[in-house]
Amino acid sequence: MAKDELMNYEKALEMFEVVIGLEVHVELNTKTKMFCGCRNEFGDEPNTNVCPICIALPGALPAVNRTAVESSISIGLALDCEIASNGRFARKNYFYPDLAKNFQTSQYDEPIAFEGALTVELPSGSVHNIQIERAHMEEDAGKLTHIGGSTGRIQGAEYSLVDYNRAGVPLVEIVTKPVYGAGAEAPELAAAYVRSIREIVKGLGVSDAKMERGNVRCDANVSLRPHGQEKLGTRTETKNVNSLRSIERAVRYEIQRQAALLAKGTAIIQETRHWHEDKGATSAGRPKSDADDYRYFPEPDLVPVQPSKELIESLRAKLPEKPADRRKRVQAEWGFADLEFRDVVNADLLDQIEETVRAGAKPQAARKWWTGELARIANSQDKDVTELEISGAHVAELTQLVDAGKLNDRLAREVLTYVLGGEGSPSEIVSARGLEVVSDDGALIAAIDAALAKQPDVLDAIREGRMQAAGAVIGAVMQAMKGSADAGRVRELLIEKANA
Amino acid sequence: MSELIRKNASELVELLGKGEISSVELTQAHLDRSMAVDHDVHSYLHQDASTALSAAADIDRRRAAGEKLHLLAGLPIAVKDNLTTTDAPTTSGSKILEGWVPPYDATVVKRIRAAGLPILGKTNLDEFAMGSSTEFSAFGPSRNPWDLTRIPGGSGGGSSSVVASFQAPVAIGSDTGGSIRFPASVTGTVGNKPTYGAVSRYGLIALASSLDQVGPVSRNVLDSALIQDLIAGHDPHDSTSLPESLGSMADAARKLDVKGMRIGVIKELMGEGFQPGVMNRFKESVNLLQQAGAEIVEVSCPNFEYAIAAYYLILPAEASSNLAKFDSVRFGLRVAPEGNPTIERVMAATREAGFGPEVKRRIILGTYALSSGSYEHFYGAALKVRTLIQRDFAAAFEKADVLISPTAPTTAFKIGEKLEDPLAMYLNDIATIPANLAGIPGMSVPNGLADEDGLPVGIQLLAPAREDARLYQVGAALEKMHEDIWGKRMIDFAPELEVRG
Repeated sequence: MAKDELMNYEKALEMFEVVIGLEVHVELNTKTKMFCGCRNEFGDEPNTNVCPICIALPGALPAVNRTAVESSISIGLALDCEIASNGRFARKNYFYPDLAKNFQTSQYDEPIAFEGALTVELPSGSVHNIQIERAHMEEDAGKLTHIGGSTGRIQGAEYSLVDYNRAGVPLVEIVTKPVYGAGAEAPELAAAYVRSIREIVKGLGVSDAKMERGNVRCDANVSLRPHGQEKLGTRTETKNVNSLRSIERAVRYEIQRQAALLAKGTAIIQETRHWHEDKGATSAGRPKSDADDYRYFPEPDLVPVQPSKELIESLRAKLPEKPADRRKRVQAEWGFADLEFRDVVNADLLDQIEETVRAGAKPQAARKWWTGELARIANSQDKDVTELEISGAHVAELTQLVDAGKLNDRLAREVLTYVLGGEGSPSEIVSARGLEVVSDDGALIAAIDAALAKQPDVLDAIREGRMQAAGAVIGAVMQAMKGSADAGRVRELLIEKANA
Repeated sequence: MSELIRKNASELVELLGKGEISSVELTQAHLDRSMAVDHDVHSYLHQDASTALSAAADIDRRRAAGEKLHLLAGLPIAVKDNLTTTDAPTTSGSKILEGWVPPYDATVVKRIRAAGLPILGKTNLDEFAMGSSTEFSAFGPSRNPWDLTRIPGGSGGGSSSVVASFQAPVAIGSDTGGSIRFPASVTGTVGNKPTYGAVSRYGLIALASSLDQVGPVSRNVLDSALIQDLIAGHDPHDSTSLPESLGSMADAARKLDVKGMRIGVIKELMGEGFQPGVMNRFKESVNLLQQAGAEIVEVSCPNFEYAIAAYYLILPAEASSNLAKFDSVRFGLRVAPEGNPTIERVMAATREAGFGPEVKRRIILGTYALSSGSYEHFYGAALKVRTLIQRDFAAAFEKADVLISPTAPTTAFKIGEKLEDPLAMYLNDIATIPANLAGIPGMSVPNGLADEDGLPVGIQLLAPAREDARLYQVGAALEKMHEDIWGKRMIDFAPELEVRG
């Protein structure tokens, strides 16, 4: 891969205005596929969730999944879109081996939702109102695995395998209008927008919204134009960028790459580009022109989707709070400082903390566990903290055990590793492993006496007010009891003894 | 030849019901007939005597055990080879599907099996139902039992000839622009294209999804009614299928009364281009209907003039997309070029070798019609014509309950006669295409023999969408008047076929 010349980011922004456009594909978590009764399930044995419809055997016909339509309408409503009274499907015709019918059943000129907007606030405080052009229903393609060859791409492969489990999985594609005026924050805004979309679809419960599994995929369009020029520059479309961090990096990279080319007087080629996380760079895909001819025409095998006003209103009534509103509300409820809250948002931990607080934890304690110990563990396992196998209820229980003095910090961290290991809830683990802090005075006094026998001067020191001398005895007791002693109680007992 | 095979299906099911004949006996009689004549007629692409006989034996056993069976149980039937069947190859007349055995039954086939009708075999058709003669079948043409040098109509020439040559009492066809009605017309049989959506298309290998409809083929109107009653009804697997029932066609076919009905003669579907013998018979039938108490009115459908042009844009457009799935990846033929070909080259080589000339012609036409820059001029314009034709029908049905016209301009032509002239071939469907464009039902009923060549001609009846029953009522009444005059059924005028081995 030839190395691209990049312009210094600040200089690029001085010379050019950045315009971005985002296409986000959301995989719906319906039980069955868009047009057939096959299971919609990630990770099953290849080609086990298939039927004559989704592998396009002759004679098979599609039938629309009602839940998928409702989910799509909900997404449209959450994005303040108009909902079409007559949403027609269309065929997008092109030959590709992962596309069983060699056309994708999609929507073209009559999307189910259109003309919406989403407010995205950046940590700097800048607020962007992103205009949504449309949200339409379509089906996913199968998955190709290219065997042989060095790149893992179809070019140069010896042969390719197709898994049609994903063929026909319902997708909603959300397309923004061009986004202007983000300036240096354009990469951050792109990521923040996708984060908001994820929050919305997760909040609606219509998608698992896991980017690493491809539940949410973003194609980022970037173009530059000299400041003051009205005509949009030539854009590139970086495909399937599969993490928020990558979106930010890919947009930034394209700004720098395009700026370097434009400054030299080289024209930008309208093309798709691939993001390479390892190299931190994009590479050219296939040329793309506005005249790509997909020979769209109305899908004759499906009658138009005609949602009733009643259905639309009942779905509207069930909409969750908007991400921006929710953030304002929970930050106030939890009393987090701006910096604390930004960390929580950036780590995608709003849901987890909300669940933990709802299960009875104090907000600050919940925040500390999630952004502290749990984030550290996830990091050490090279995982996202949201992927850890632990519920908010478990974390809440842990904080309550600490508050009640039943666990100290060290024990709580130990219990946490057992929870993550699948041993059960914190209380179950505490009783099964006998990990509770010892607060039985008899046992503590015995341990204190044993420690004092080795350091007889300590009681005098305490009586003289030199409290730091107590530390050595407390430490010895903790050591003798393998950390399970309640240090506060040990201190109290020691003082009682000195003053007796 | 067993006399059984000449009987109408309605009589046969009565005999079966009374236990006077067994399904095995009846099925065997038809299989014997195929052994004797199908070498010449070539109605079938596939027959498997043992499957048919075991289905028949099963019905006989169940009947003997006193089980309550479907009215048509035990009646053998032939099925057009573009409907999927799990126990027989389904080729749609194409090399690209040669030997393909589907893993699922079409909904219509499921209904047939559930009612206990043994399937005698799969009938021939023009490749992917593209044609009017079966000459475009990749497996050779079927022949007209009235004259073996002539075509049996198409695309469903297998289903028309199988019924006309007494190899099956009834058959299933499909009609996209006349593929049930034109074959019926030229073989002296009955065929109905139901209202679009009346019969499920699930498992019908699509030609043009917005035009295709499955329907019955038989030797008389009541028999078609019985079959339509069997196969029609809502199917959740076909989202274009109608939710409501259209009522009993058999009841309508038993009324035998046209008094007070307003019957409209379509001005644009007669005269120039129509064979004199076809027109003579048509006029006689108009008189018969009038004498029977129908009110005859003339209606005009000025936009029919553009129907063929619109049809030959809409059909190829949809077909070009429907046929894209034939790419060698998951089923059917695979042709790999020499060397280390890319998937694109394998797809191209497979389609080059697997599709015949008419299919390629229409894929190219359709791809062009949908291309950006052409869409508005061609596909878009065709959709507008389609709307105009629907309006013509709506206006005509204000004046008439049923419309009539000759089914086709001519009697059966000679095999090979129009093969090199696609436009002449397309004109056969001038009278049948409007019904498909409008989604309304259309029936062809035997209408006598043309004076000049002694070959069968048909009369077409058309009704508003969902009013199929009117066709069965008028069709059966007209048929009764004809038989009273002729002293026998139209099919009984057909010459005896030479019987072999």
